[in-house]
Amino acid sequence: MGSDRKNFDEMLFGSEGVRQPYDNYEKWFGSEDPARLTKKSKEAEAFFRRTGITFNVYGQAAAQERLIPFDLVPRILSSREWTRLSKGIEQRVRAINAFLHDIYNRQEILRAGRVPIELISQNAAFLPQMIGMSPPGDVYTHIVGTDIVRTGEDDFFVLEDNARTPSGVSYMLENRETMLHMFPELFSQIKVQPVSDYPKNLRKSLAACAPHSCEGKPTVAVLTPGIHNSAYFEHSFLADQMGVELVEGHDLRVVDGHIAMRTTQGYKVIDVLYRRVDDEYLDPLNFKPESMLGVPGIMDVYRAGNITIANAPGTGIADDKAIYSYMPDIIEFYTGEKAILKNVETWRCSEPASLQYVLEHLSELVVKEVHGSGGYGMLVGPAASQKELSAFTAKLKSNPGNYIAQPTLSLSTVPIFTKKQLAPRHVDLRPFVLVSPNKVSITPGGLTRVALKAGSLVVNSSQGGGTKDTWVLED
Amino acid sequence: MKLKITHTTSYSYDEPVSYALQQVRLTPMDNPQQKVLNWNVAIEGGDTELTFLDQHKNHTMLVRVEPDRNEVRIIASGEVETNDTVGVLGKVYGTAPLWHFQQHTRRTAPGKGVAKLARIIGTTDSQLDDLHTLSRAVLNAVPYGKGGTFVGTTAEEAIISGGGVCQDHAQIFVSAARKAGIPARYVSGYLMMNDRVDQDASHAWAEAHLQGLGWVGFDISNGISPDERYVRLATGLDSRDAAPISGVRMGTANESMIVSLQIQQ
Repeated sequence: MGSDRKNFDEMLFGSEGVRQPYDNYEKWFGSEDPARLTKKSKEAEAFFRRTGITFNVYGQAAAQERLIPFDLVPRILSSREWTRLSKGIEQRVRAINAFLHDIYNRQEILRAGRVPIELISQNAAFLPQMIGMSPPGDVYTHIVGTDIVRTGEDDFFVLEDNARTPSGVSYMLENRETMLHMFPELFSQIKVQPVSDYPKNLRKSLAACAPHSCEGKPTVAVLTPGIHNSAYFEHSFLADQMGVELVEGHDLRVVDGHIAMRTTQGYKVIDVLYRRVDDEYLDPLNFKPESMLGVPGIMDVYRAGNITIANAPGTGIADDKAIYSYMPDIIEFYTGEKAILKNVETWRCSEPASLQYVLEHLSELVVKEVHGSGGYGMLVGPAASQKELSAFTAKLKSNPGNYIAQPTLSLSTVPIFTKKQLAPRHVDLRPFVLVSPNKVSITPGGLTRVALKAGSLVVNSSQGGGTKDTWVLED
Repeated sequence: MKLKITHTTSYSYDEPVSYALQQVRLTPMDNPQQKVLNWNVAIEGGDTELTFLDQHKNHTMLVRVEPDRNEVRIIASGEVETNDTVGVLGKVYGTAPLWHFQQHTRRTAPGKGVAKLARIIGTTDSQLDDLHTLSRAVLNAVPYGKGGTFVGTTAEEAIISGGGVCQDHAQIFVSAARKAGIPARYVSGYLMMNDRVDQDASHAWAEAHLQGLGWVGFDISNGISPDERYVRLATGLDSRDAAPISGVRMGTANESMIVSLQIQQ
C-alpha cells in the first residue's frame, strides 16, 4: 500500500523543520559525509555477524539463520515523552498483574460482569493448575514487552501486551552497543539515557521475586528449549550477561523439594527460573506428557512455594487479543484510574455485529488471530489481494471467535538511512518492563522495529522488518 | 461407619531407573461425608520431596524414587469415619469456579456417543432424575468389562469400545453432564464391597453440581449414589486430574504394578 501523506514523522515535522528531540542529531547528521555513513552501515552488519545475533524464521527452510537488518538512524524520544509513556506502561502492567491474580483466585472482575466469563472459560491460555495459588510476591509478569505505536504528537496506542515471554531485548542491547562502537563522538555530544543496566536490573528484579523459603542470595537460571529455538541466541545472551546458568530441562531434577541443576559440584538449588519454554511444554508430569523440553514436577515445586517461575505459568490469559479489547476496563477495575495509554479500537469477531462490520470493511482493517504472535496468520486488509481477502472471509466465517480486527493505523515514521538519503519508514516500539514485588522498572527506550519497505506497516522481523537504536534523551 | 483401609501399590521396573517421580493423591480429606481419624502414606524405596494442595485442593505428594531402584512401594493406610448423606456432598467449594467443571479435557471431550447420552438431560424437569437416568444409560452403553480400555482411554473411545471400568463410566458421565451444561467432576476413592476384605482395586465415580443441592455423587458402575462405604480421595476434571498415582521416569525401563487393597469395618 502507498504511504499515507498524513503520517506523523517523528524526525521531520512538515515545513516547521526538525522536531525538537532530533535537533542535535540532525545537526550532526548534516555534517557527516554520506560515504562515511554508508561505510559505517556495512560495519554495523559485520559487527552483528561477529556477535552472532541471528534469528530463525519459522516456515522457511529448516533453521535458516538470518540477521535482522539494523538501521543506523536512531529513534529519539524526549525525556518528557518518555515519562508519560512509562507512566502509562507501569499502570497497565500493574493492572495486568492484579487481573491475573484475580482470575486465578477470587475472580471479582468476572463476578462484577466487567469481563465475560466465556473469555476466560473458553480460553486455551487459562491454566487450571494456577487456580488458587499466589506466586511469590504476587508477581505474574516478571518481564513484559508492551508494543506501542504512535500516530501523532501525543497519540500513543498500546498494540499488544506481551505478558508471556517477550523477546527482543538482546537486540535493544546490541543495537546500543553497536551505535556506541560506531559513533562514540555522537554520544558525547548528545546525552542519551543508558540501557546497558538491563541485564543487571533483570537479575536483581528476578532475585527480588525469590520464594519466601529462599535463604541467602537467590540463585537465578535461564531455561531454554535448546539450540533449535528461534530465540536461543537471546537465551544464552541474557544468561551470559546476567552471569547466571543457562539450563535445559534435562539438566534439572527435583532434589529435596526444590528444582536443582547439575553442576560440577553436584546439584544446586534454583530459586528463580527465567524460563523461555512455553507453558504446555514446561512440565510433562502436569502438562503435555510427551514434552522433552520441560522439567517434570516443576509445577508441584512451584505450588509448594519452592521456586519462582518467570513469567508465571498461565499469564497468556492476559495477552490474549480478545482480553486486550477489555484492557481499559481492566485498568479501571483494578487501579480506579482511567487508562493513560490508549487501546487501539478492536472489533471482536465473536460478536455477530462486529463480525458483520469486519466482513464489510475487510479491505480497510488489520485482522489478527486471538492467540497469534509474530505477525503470523494476520491479514493487512489494505495490502491484501482479492484472493487473500476472500480466503480470509472464509476463515472468519468458519471460526469468528478466533479473530479480532483493528483499523489500519497510520503509524508514525522515522527516517532510515538509504543509499541516497533519509527516507521515512513506519515504526513501532517495544519497551521492556521488569516487575518485582515493590517495583516496576522500565528500561528507557526499548526495541524500535521498522518496516524496511516503503509504505509497509509490517515491522515484524519474521516478515522482513529491521530494528533501530532507541534513544531517550536526558533532561 | 468406621472404615479401616490399607492400600499398597508396588511398582517394579525391569531395569534400574535412574530418575523417576510419582505424584501421589492418596490422602483423604475431611468433608461432610467423611472424617479422617488417622492416615499415613509410607513410601518404601522413595522419598517424599514435598506436599501441596492442587487446584482442586487435593492433598498431593511428590515422591522421588530412590536412584537405581527396581521397586518402589506406596502404602496408604488409616481409618476414616464415614456418614451416609444419600450421595449429597453439598455446597462445598474450593477456589475453582463452578464454570471450570463445565470445561472439557482431552479425556472428556464429547463426541457423537457422549452427545447422544447428554440428550437425556432435560427430558424431565428434574435434573436429579435425569442424572440418575444418565447414570443407568452410561452403564447400559458401556457394560462393566476389563481389557477394552486403558488408563488413557477417553470417554468417547470407551463408548466406541463398548465396555469399560469405573474410570470410563465416570468420565463418560461427567462428559455428558458438562455437554448438557451441568458442572461435573471425576472422583477417585475407595469403595468397600460388603462381602470381602480384599478389594479388587480403588474406585472412581462422578459428582454433578445441582442448584440447591450442591455436589451430588453418582457411582455409575454400581448404579447408586455413594453411601457410607465410600471414601473420597481426590477430585478433578478427569481421571488424570484426580489420579491417585501418576508418574514420569527417565530411560527405557518397563514398569509393572501390583495393587492390594483391604477395606474393613
